[in-house]
Amino acid sequence: MSQPLSFQRMILKLHDYWSERGCVILQPYDMRMGAGTFHPATTLKALGPEPWNAAYVQACRRPTDGRYGENPNRLQHYYQYQVILKPSPPDLQELYLGSLAAIGVDFTRHDIRFVEDDWESPTLGAWGLGWEVWCDGMEVTQFTYFQQMGGFDCKPVAGELTYGLERLAMYIQNKDSVYDLAFNDAGVTYGDVFLENEKQMSKYNFEVADTETLFEGFRKAMAECENCLDAGVPIAAYEQAIEASHLFNLLQARGVISVAERQAYIGRVRDLAKGSCEAWITHMTPEWQARYPGWTV
Amino acid sequence: MTEDFLLELRCEEIPARMQEKARTDLASLFGERLKSLNLPFERIESYATPRRLALIVRGVAATTLAMSEERKGPRADAPAQAIEGFLRSTGLTRDQLVERDMGKAGQVLFAVIDRPGVVAGSVLASAATHVIHNFPWPKSMRWGAASSSTESLRWVRPLQGIIALLGDKLVPVEVAGVKSGVQTMGHRFHHPGAITIGSAADYIEKLRACHVIVDGAERRAIIAVGAKMAATKAGLTLVEDEGLLYENAGLTEWPVPLLGRFDPEFLSVPPEVIQLTARVNQKYFVCRDAAGKLANAFVCTANIDASDGGAKIVEGNQKVLAARLSDARFFYETDLKRRLEDLQPKLEKIVFHEKLGTVADKVERVAKLARWLVEEGIIPLPSGEGRGPLASAREKGEGDALSSDPHPSATSSLPPSPDGRGNLANLAERTARLAKADLVTGMVGEFPELQGLMGGYYAAAQGEDPAVAEAIRDHYKPVGQGDDVPTAPVTVAVALAERIDTLAQFFANDMKPTGSKDPFALRRAALSLLQIIFENNLRVRIFGVFTRQMDPAQARLREIVSDEIVGFLIDRLKVQQKEAGVRHDLIDAVFALGGEDDLVRLLARVHALQAFVNTEDGKNLLAGYKRAANILKKENFVIPAKAGISGDGAGQEPQDFSLSYTPENEEAALIQALDSAAPLADAAIAREDFEGAMAALATLRAPIDAFFDKVMVNEPGKREHRLALLARMRDAVHKVADFSRIEG
Repeated sequence: MSQPLSFQRMILKLHDYWSERGCVILQPYDMRMGAGTFHPATTLKALGPEPWNAAYVQACRRPTDGRYGENPNRLQHYYQYQVILKPSPPDLQELYLGSLAAIGVDFTRHDIRFVEDDWESPTLGAWGLGWEVWCDGMEVTQFTYFQQMGGFDCKPVAGELTYGLERLAMYIQNKDSVYDLAFNDAGVTYGDVFLENEKQMSKYNFEVADTETLFEGFRKAMAECENCLDAGVPIAAYEQAIEASHLFNLLQARGVISVAERQAYIGRVRDLAKGSCEAWITHMTPEWQARYPGWTV
Repeated sequence: MTEDFLLELRCEEIPARMQEKARTDLASLFGERLKSLNLPFERIESYATPRRLALIVRGVAATTLAMSEERKGPRADAPAQAIEGFLRSTGLTRDQLVERDMGKAGQVLFAVIDRPGVVAGSVLASAATHVIHNFPWPKSMRWGAASSSTESLRWVRPLQGIIALLGDKLVPVEVAGVKSGVQTMGHRFHHPGAITIGSAADYIEKLRACHVIVDGAERRAIIAVGAKMAATKAGLTLVEDEGLLYENAGLTEWPVPLLGRFDPEFLSVPPEVIQLTARVNQKYFVCRDAAGKLANAFVCTANIDASDGGAKIVEGNQKVLAARLSDARFFYETDLKRRLEDLQPKLEKIVFHEKLGTVADKVERVAKLARWLVEEGIIPLPSGEGRGPLASAREKGEGDALSSDPHPSATSSLPPSPDGRGNLANLAERTARLAKADLVTGMVGEFPELQGLMGGYYAAAQGEDPAVAEAIRDHYKPVGQGDDVPTAPVTVAVALAERIDTLAQFFANDMKPTGSKDPFALRRAALSLLQIIFENNLRVRIFGVFTRQMDPAQARLREIVSDEIVGFLIDRLKVQQKEAGVRHDLIDAVFALGGEDDLVRLLARVHALQAFVNTEDGKNLLAGYKRAANILKKENFVIPAKAGISGDGAGQEPQDFSLSYTPENEEAALIQALDSAAPLADAAIAREDFEGAMAALATLRAPIDAFFDKVMVNEPGKREHRLALLARMRDAVHKVADFSRIEG
C-alpha cells in the first residue's frame, strides 16, 4: 500500500476532485470565523435561484476549544473543507463517497455510516437535515441539505459537505495526535506549523484578550452592519455579522458573558446575519427574477 | 386470482429512530387507502432499512369490488320534474330505469347502478401516490432542482427510487419526477450496482444476496446473537440493551457486531460514565466480566463484512472511544480536585428561574426544609440508628474543608447531635446543601443525564457519609412511574423537600400547569411527591408544609395557594391511582370531608371505602343514604337546635332523644342502630381503623332499608323527628366519606 497522504496533499486531492466536478475552488475567506458555513460563498450563495458549486478550505476559530496545545484532539484553530452544491445534485452521496475514495479511504475495510444529524445554526438563522458521516465510529463529515438560511427558505436547496480535515488526516495517517500529522511529504509536521500558535492563541483567547476592547468591537460591528445595510451594501454588512460573531465567541472564552446574557448576544448576531441575508435577497431579487422568471422569495 | 404487490420506496439514509414507525405507518396508511378504494387483499407486510421502506400486499384481488346499487325513485306517474331530478341524481336516462309494481304504492321507478371493478394496478398506483404525498414523517425536507419551489415533494431524505410490482408486472407510479421501475440498489459497498427485482416473491432473497437484510427484526436478531457471541468468546457477558438493538439495526443493512477493547486504565472512571459515553456517543454495547463488573470491552456494529475481518474497523472504533474516554476521565479527574461545597459560588450564578432566584437560593430553602421534615418526625428514622457519621468525617480531618463553606451549615456549626434524629437532620441538610453542586462540574456539563449520579461519586470521594453520597445520587428519584422510589431516610427527606419547594414556589408565583402546558414539569414533581409519600408511608399534614415553604409576609395568599396545591395533588392522586383501580369519585368523597391532607390516611380511607361500596351492604347503604339525602334536600331540612342530633353529640348522649310519640319498630331500630354504630365508627376512625368504621356503618344498612320500607317520614307531628333522624344517619355516614360524591 502506498504512503498515506500528507495533510496538504489531502487538501490538494480534494481540490482536484471537486474541481473536476465543476466546482469553483475558492481560497479561505480573509476573516476570522467559527465555521466554513460563515463564508459568504456558502451563506449568501445558498440563497437565490442561481446554481452555485464551490469548494474551499476555511480556517475555523473556536476560542473555547483551545487547550494550549496540550490536547491531541482539540484546537482553537483548525481547518474545514467546505463544498457547496446548489441545487443539491441527485447523486450527492455518491459524489461525496468518491471524494473519500480519492483521499485513500478503502470501503472494503472501513465502515462508513450516515448517522442522523440535523444541523442548526442559531447565529445564522439557518437549519438543514442530513447526517454526520462516520468512518469506523468517528465523525469525519457533516452532510447537510440546507432548508433555510438567514430565516429564508432555500430555493433551491443546496447540499453542504463539511469535512473535518485534521480528523480525516489523523485517520488516514493513523496518528493519535493532531500535532504528529505529516503536513507535507518533506518531514514538516502539523505541530511544527501550529503548536506554538495553539499555545499563544489559547493564552490570548482565555487570558489576554481585552474584554473592553472586545465589547467595544462588538458594538462597533453592530453599528457598522447597520451603516452598511442603510447604504445598500449587504456583503459588507454580512462581513460585520461575521466579525460580531467571532467577537462574541472570544467574549465567551473570556468567560464574561453570563448564561442569561448568552441568548441575548446570540440573538443580536442572528439579527445581523438575518438582516444581511434579507438585504442581499432584496438587492439581488430583480436580477434573479430576470434570469429565472417565476422565481420568488 | 390474486397476486402480491411490492412497493419499495428507496431514499437516502432514514434516521434510525424513525424507521419502525415509518414501517408501520406505511402498512397502515396503504391498507386504509386500499380499503377505501374497495380493493380486497389478504394482508400487508412492511419493512424498513436505512435506505428503503418496503411493503408487500399479499393476495391482492384482480379488481376492486364490483358494486351494484339499487335506488328507489318516484312513482312512474310522478310529475316530470320529480323524475328528471331522480335521473340527474343517478346519472341515468329514463329508459335505463326499471319499473316495479309495489302493490299499494303503485308502479315505482328504480335505478339499478352497476359499478364494475377497477383493475388493481391503477388502484395500487393511486394508493402509492397518495401515501407518498401524505406520509407522516416527523421531519421532512426538500432537495434538488425541484426545490426551487417550496411546493416540491417532502420526504425524510431525498427519495431515490420506487419499485411497484403487481405480480411480475410493473405498476406505473410517478412522484416528483421519480418513476417506478423494477430496479433497486443493494448494499452501498458490498453491491454498489443496480439489481432487478422480479416480483414480491424474490424481493427479500435477492436483496439478501446483495447484502441487504430487509427485515429489521432479523437484523436485530443478528446483532443480538452476534454481540452476545462476541462477548462470550472474550469470556465476558454482554449488557443487553433493546434501544441499542433498534438503533444499530436502523444504521445497518448488513450488521456485523465486532468486539473492541479499551485501555483498562479508563475503568477508574465511574462505569455509568463509560457506559453512557459508549452508548450515547458511539452506539456501542458494553460488557461485564465474570465478577459482574464493567469490562474494558465494547461491541460496535459495523455495516460491512470487512475484507480484513474487521481489524481496521475495530482499531478505528477503539481510537474514537479512547479519545472520548480520555475526555471523560479528564472531566472526572478535574472535578475530583474540587470539593462540592466550593462550587457554591457557581450555583449562585445559575438562575433557577427568573422569578424564583438562583439554584443557590433553592438549595438554601430545600436544606432548611429537609432538616425540618426530619426534626418534625415526618421522616422515619432508619432501623439500627446510632452511628455518628459526621463525627467520623471530622476525624478524617475534613473539618477545614467544611468550614470553608461560604454558607456555614448546621452540619458544620453544630456539634454532632447525640440522638438519631439530630444526626439524620444533619445528614439531610448536608445532602441538600451538596446535592446541586454537580450541576457545575465538567462531567455533568458534558452529560447532563449524569446529574445526581456524579454528585454521589464526588461526595463519596471527598469523604461524605455514605448516606449523604447515596442521597445525593438518588434525590432526583423517582423520575416517573416505574422508577425506583427512594426509601433511605436521608434521601427521602431531601427528595421530598425538593418537590415540596418546587411546587410551593411555582404555585406561589402563579406558574401553574394549564391544560396540556406544564413547562416546569410540576405534574411530574407532584407525582414523585405522591410516590415518595406512599412508598414510605409518610404521615404528614401536607397543607401546613406548603404554607411553611412560602413567604410568611403573605399569610392569606399562602393559605390560598397551599389549598390550590393540595387540590392539585388530589387531582394527580386520582390520575396516579387510576391504574391501581382506585375510583376517583371515592377520592373526592373522602377529600370533600375537608381537613384531610394526610395523604396516607386519605388513601387508606379511600381503599376501605372502595372495598365497602363494592359489598352488598355498601351498595344498599349508599342507596339508603342517597334516599335520605334527597329527602333532606327536598324538605330543605335544617337540624333544629334543640334536637341535639349531631354527629358529635351522638356519641356521648345517645339517650337524649326524647320522642313525643311512640316510634314505629323500624324507627326505633334505626335509632338504636345509630346509637351503637356512630360511636363505633368514631372510635374506629380515631384509631385509623377504616375497615372497622365501614363495618360499623354496615350495621345501618338493614335498619335504614326497613325504615324506608315501613315508616312514613311526612307524618304530622313526627316529621321533624324523622327528618332529624335521617340527618343523623347522613352525618354518621359522613364520618367516613361524603357519600353524595359517590357515583352510581
